[in-house]
Amino acid sequence: MDTISNLVMGFGVALTPFTLLLAVVGCFLGTIFGALPGLGPANGVAILIPVAFTMGLDATQALVLLTSVYYGTMYGGRISSILLNIPGDEPAMMTTLDGFPMARQGRAGDALVISGVASFVGSFLSTVGLVVMAPLLASIAYLFGPAEYFALYLLAFCTLGGVASKNQAKAAVAACLGLGIAMIGLDNSTGLPRFTGGNMHLMDGIDFLVAIVGLFAISEIFIFIESHGRDSAIGVTLGKLTIPWKDLKASTGTMLRGTGIGFVSGVLPGAGASLGSFMAYMAEKSILGSRGRFGQGDPRGVAAPEAGNNAAAGGAMVPMLTLGVPGSGTTAVMLALLLTLNITPGPLLFKERPEVVWGLIASLFIANVVLLIMNVPLVKLFVRVLMIPAWVLLPMVTMISFVGIYSLSGSTFDLLLMVVFGVLGYFLRKLDVPTVPVILGILLGSNMEDSLRRAMVISDGDWTFLFSSPIAIGLWIAAIAGFVAPLFLRGVLKKPPVPVMDVNED
Amino acid sequence: MKSTLFRALLASAALGLGATSAFATECIAPADAGGGWDFTCRQIGKILYDLKLVDQPVQVTNMAGAGGGLAFSHVVAERGKDADLIVAASSATTTRLAQNAYGGATADQVRFVGAIGGDPGVIVVAKDSPYQSLNDLVEAIKADPGSVAFAGGSAAGGFDHLKPLMVLKAAGFTDVAKVKYIGMDGGAEAITQTIGGFTQAMTGDMSEIVGFIKAGDVRPLAVLTAERVPGFEDIPTAKEQGFDVEVVNWRGLYVPHDISDDAFNTWADKLQKVADSAEWKAVMESNGLAPFTKVGADFQNWVNDVVAQTTDLSKEIGVIQ
Repeated sequence: MDTISNLVMGFGVALTPFTLLLAVVGCFLGTIFGALPGLGPANGVAILIPVAFTMGLDATQALVLLTSVYYGTMYGGRISSILLNIPGDEPAMMTTLDGFPMARQGRAGDALVISGVASFVGSFLSTVGLVVMAPLLASIAYLFGPAEYFALYLLAFCTLGGVASKNQAKAAVAACLGLGIAMIGLDNSTGLPRFTGGNMHLMDGIDFLVAIVGLFAISEIFIFIESHGRDSAIGVTLGKLTIPWKDLKASTGTMLRGTGIGFVSGVLPGAGASLGSFMAYMAEKSILGSRGRFGQGDPRGVAAPEAGNNAAAGGAMVPMLTLGVPGSGTTAVMLALLLTLNITPGPLLFKERPEVVWGLIASLFIANVVLLIMNVPLVKLFVRVLMIPAWVLLPMVTMISFVGIYSLSGSTFDLLLMVVFGVLGYFLRKLDVPTVPVILGILLGSNMEDSLRRAMVISDGDWTFLFSSPIAIGLWIAAIAGFVAPLFLRGVLKKPPVPVMDVNED
Repeated sequence: MKSTLFRALLASAALGLGATSAFATECIAPADAGGGWDFTCRQIGKILYDLKLVDQPVQVTNMAGAGGGLAFSHVVAERGKDADLIVAASSATTTRLAQNAYGGATADQVRFVGAIGGDPGVIVVAKDSPYQSLNDLVEAIKADPGSVAFAGGSAAGGFDHLKPLMVLKAAGFTDVAKVKYIGMDGGAEAITQTIGGFTQAMTGDMSEIVGFIKAGDVRPLAVLTAERVPGFEDIPTAKEQGFDVEVVNWRGLYVPHDISDDAFNTWADKLQKVADSAEWKAVMESNGLAPFTKVGADFQNWVNDVVAQTTDLSKEIGVIQ
């Protein structure tokens, strides 16, 4: 088998003591970057690019370091989602929905272990998928045109109402708010600025990270100050760290399904990890229906999004390596690094630079094992960072939020914008409007709009073009089903069992 | 041991991000690390130092935002007299200036000191496309402007959009606002749309799609340079097919407006030396850049012409009034 011998060659390249050290350092830094709100995969990787150059690393070594950081952030993002209710980065957003309620019920340790294992399953299987099917999967990107992408984003939006279990209208309002915010900036289809008020800082639109850190971290700080710490998330304690075999077993199916969904959305350029974790969570919620207690601390509610976003991270490598198309913000940064190292990703990369590709793949496997060890048995190490008293942690979170956002663009404008989002988040929380749909609106809104507008340009404004391929029609049917089904099912199924514990106060 | 290394890494990360020394030349890359402008700063900076044209390593500062607009207004407002400052620029810079996308800033607020390489513009179709030559494509658009949609890596009105329009104008087709164009996020994404059959042609920079050309997934109809590109001698130029167009995404520098003429000329000379160096030639070859050297007053005049031309074209397609 070619694949096996290539893989052996890859391990030969990647398994030197120095690269192993790089992998360990990368995984460690990555987990920290991921866990700290404000520092996400994209700026984590971007920060290390100059370091890689300064250290004079060769192509394989630089890739090992950066992919370890990348995978590390995907693992680390969940830690602050679970313990602080503040997602460490945008793909970890869905993990707050069940992770934090679990932590409040004193099951933070279980949530961390389950999500750690789910992360491993997701990224390990998607790396296997990358090895086995990369050249084949590359052609999926050719099947998705503007009409298909539009239907895909629509599918995501149609299931959005289910994010908030209590009040769907409020979720819809929040999503519309996000869609509105997504319109700010340069319009791709006309080249004209919209809603920028002539301010150059708004030309690129609003970075999700600014919105996330504002809506989650900064608003948390306001709430903390207002309530003198009583209602705040900060200060949840970690119970004893044991392995919850029963929950792990119960969520095996969830992890596998989440991996599948995440991998596919990673492979599609432009969809990415956030869509992967979102779809994985929503799919699992509708599959389990009333059997799950999603939103109230169901272990499967942390397993699904974590398997999904880590699988998407592996999936995103497929279009990046085979087509040179970045599937996410982070792979865009890595692509830029590859180009600087004189490696041009594209259809010929596997043939022309096998040592780079297979070295990279081997390093993904190595990073995964290292991360599993760091994030399950050694997770307390990272937790300790977040377990310090609130009066120390809070100023730290504030500081890191500001530094992290400043490192994105080096502009003070983004800092002000972040505070504005913090105030917005504070009021939304007071009004009991969920903030997750706002972020999804921002994240998916501009992609959805661009796809629709491109479709209209190509078809001369003929709307039937949106239903012109089997893939598009299939996605439309799924979208309509996803939107309508809950309305009917609610009547058919009996009322969902009321949870015994009334812990979900937020 | 690990924590020391960790600290060392963090420290060097911090150094890499900020901190400029007082006397070193500073090169501002108006984009994040890893992009084209960052590449320009790092490569030119390295060669300047290696050739001993500057006495300290060049400090690269990344200042992303508004497609280069933030860096531009920073240079105009705060660094107008700084003779130790160079700023990476490319066709995107002049295109955006021509379209007033830098918040009212104009090209004459800085001095364009030189370009020392260019990414050739290309127009490609899928390998199973009926269009065999640039002429086929142009005739099809002339007959029915709606029959061909272009995909490119920039937003509508951006440099990739303007490339086919310049070719069409050279062919005597004036109704350029009717030409269909969809802006994707980068050239590679644009090419997947073309190979997938969603658009009929793709317009972009050569370096973005070298892999697809070599793999035979696409058929390049024309390269928009004066001469055929070394290494790709079988791709005909637009010129030899009868369309008098040259569209190259040049890589170069601008400097602040109020530096002395002596300082400006010194930078022009230094850039010429970089362009002539063997090191730079190797860098160009491995990155798919073609020779394109213009420095000093020559370059400034050429930029003025390009800006005027871009303004006119942008008005015709409605990107500006």
